[in-house]
Amino acid sequence: MPFAPPPLYRAGFETMTHKTFDPKAATPFLCSRGHTGWLGLAYAGHGPDWVELELPWREDLIGDDGQRVLASGPILSLMDMASGLAIWHRMDEFRAIATLDLRVDYVRPAREGANVFGRSQCYRVTRSAAFVRGLAHDGDTEDPVAHIQAVFMKIGGETRELPGG
Amino acid sequence: MADALTPYARALGIALDRWEGDVPIYHVDFTDAVEGRPDHYHGGATGGLLETAGYGVLRAELGRIGRAAELKPINITVQYLSAGRSRTSYARGRITKLGRRSANITVEAWQDDPARPIATAVMNVLMATPEKG
Repeated sequence: MPFAPPPLYRAGFETMTHKTFDPKAATPFLCSRGHTGWLGLAYAGHGPDWVELELPWREDLIGDDGQRVLASGPILSLMDMASGLAIWHRMDEFRAIATLDLRVDYVRPAREGANVFGRSQCYRVTRSAAFVRGLAHDGDTEDPVAHIQAVFMKIGGETRELPGG
Repeated sequence: MADALTPYARALGIALDRWEGDVPIYHVDFTDAVEGRPDHYHGGATGGLLETAGYGVLRAELGRIGRAAELKPINITVQYLSAGRSRTSYARGRITKLGRRSANITVEAWQDDPARPIATAVMNVLMATPEKG
């Protein structure tokens, strides 16, 4: 059945006035529903040009019944979302962007039962594109589970509004 | 078997749609679990469908030739070609190279027309030999 977003959410995405972006305040809103809400992504931290999200361990996200290892798909979603937040944070503007290209290198399996953190850095924004790189880890950034690199495109010309911001 | 979906794929709502010869086609309906910005697929959900189809075609081929292997992801590169809209998406993988230790797989996802993919992916998958005993 198609999911109808609550009016507040839809309004937030369609209004075109908001000009600043706070990753800590925006994450609970952006991850309250939809795919990221389903995954339970939560804010974990941010710096000048990066944002980190947390993906809680869940039994039904394992990639193989026999191995009890987190599937690779949720890590891809985690990094895609952390990258979007890093771009909005760097631009200090909540506007429509779309993933153009995303590469994930899975360097080792995440530990069973561990929450996985996704940290993405937006290192360059041009008029039309935003470039990010990042890593996923399960507690130690020196021993990542995955590395990513991605390019996003700005779409349309609109800036969106976040509720309460 | 290729229709033995991972718990993750089942939870996301991915299902085997049909077989085209030896190639399994997967679909996912548009639900809250796959939605990104309103009425569009989240890039991560599209990526999950592509990965599932990539593993599916490899498991099918390994089963067909009677070869046992544990599949482990090495990497994936996804190209997002157009927005995934609020309807069913499909995906199909193709084994570009089946090596001794790894396989290279290309995957396409589409909605209305298989000739107009919404996303493609290239995956490298490690095929580890299962431990005896």
